[in-house]
Amino acid sequence: MYAIISELSRWAIPVILLVIPLTAMIRGVKVFETFVQGAEDGFATAIKTIPYLVAMMVSINVFRASGAMEMLVGALSPYLDIIGFPAELIPHAIMRPLSGGAALGIASNIIASHGPDSYIGRLVSTMQGTSDTTFYVLTLYFGSVGIYRYRYAIYSGLAADFTTLAASIYIINRLYG
Amino acid sequence: MVNVIWLGMIVFGILAAAAGGNIEVVTKAALEGAGSAVKISIGLIAIITFWLGIMKLAEEAGIISFLSRAIAPLMKFLFPEIPGNHPAMGAIIMNISANVLGLGNAATPMGLIAMQEMQKLNSGDPRTASNSMCTFLALNTSCITIIPTTIIGIRVVHGSADPTEVVGTTIFATACGMTVAVIADRLFRSIFTRHRGRS
Repeated sequence: MYAIISELSRWAIPVILLVIPLTAMIRGVKVFETFVQGAEDGFATAIKTIPYLVAMMVSINVFRASGAMEMLVGALSPYLDIIGFPAELIPHAIMRPLSGGAALGIASNIIASHGPDSYIGRLVSTMQGTSDTTFYVLTLYFGSVGIYRYRYAIYSGLAADFTTLAASIYIINRLYG
Repeated sequence: MVNVIWLGMIVFGILAAAAGGNIEVVTKAALEGAGSAVKISIGLIAIITFWLGIMKLAEEAGIISFLSRAIAPLMKFLFPEIPGNHPAMGAIIMNISANVLGLGNAATPMGLIAMQEMQKLNSGDPRTASNSMCTFLALNTSCITIIPTTIIGIRVVHGSADPTEVVGTTIFATACGMTVAVIADRLFRSIFTRHRGRS
């Protein structure tokens, strides 16, 4: 199973790279010129994200490095204990919407110390695989087009995140609890 | 909301550092954060430029309109404000497909292209998110994942007996999340429209 999946992700991009330009060529598109024409805006699009990302990353970094995050973890852990959510996973749950790299670091740390096939190891694997860096994605995507009024986008994103977290806890409890 | 979270993290961070007697970490953390943000953006230049070129080819070749026709009813329901053959549809489809396959590197540039195309269709204030954008981001951040590539790799490294056993739990949890994302998007939209008077 793992072999099939890893083969699939190895081949996905090369196949796309073959099929799209080839189809274009067959349909009579001037492939080189069209590619260059499309790629023109790449630099501007990427550079536009800088101020939005700087603002978000500064705030997240200060929150983490100052020890404020640990205080939040300490304050939340007695309540989460009640619903069967292990305290070791709280930093991951808090970091996940903010920083993908930090959450992945926490997840691999937990998997290394508890083992990938333990209850905690399976739960953190599912949590890492299911959720996205909601705040990072919102900042980056809206930033790239100069939008700073997000309206309700954060609420629906967080509602989905909470649902995914609850569903992960439920299914892991059900199957392996 | 984003203002409150942003300022809240900074204020609590500075208070916590002051209480812990190591206020100097704030300066270092702030500058490091700014540095890594710039690094991410610079790193995006190459990959966005590349995928923009490929997307333009897909559009000219008619692949995008083919894909949009194939799942038109679903897309019409989710994004009623985007015309069926618009490039935004193609970018959204490609972004969601990349997310489903766990191809983060391809998903991000596609997502940014989709945002640009939706911004062209944004009839309201260009500084305010349109309905389509909110729906897209709700779907994007809660997207169904069939292959959580990275975490499977980590499970392999740590000697799991069955590294892909989390595929099933991942599909279940993301399916729940995505359902709620679609419902929440419509629900919050009607609440916001009623209170702010913007459709």
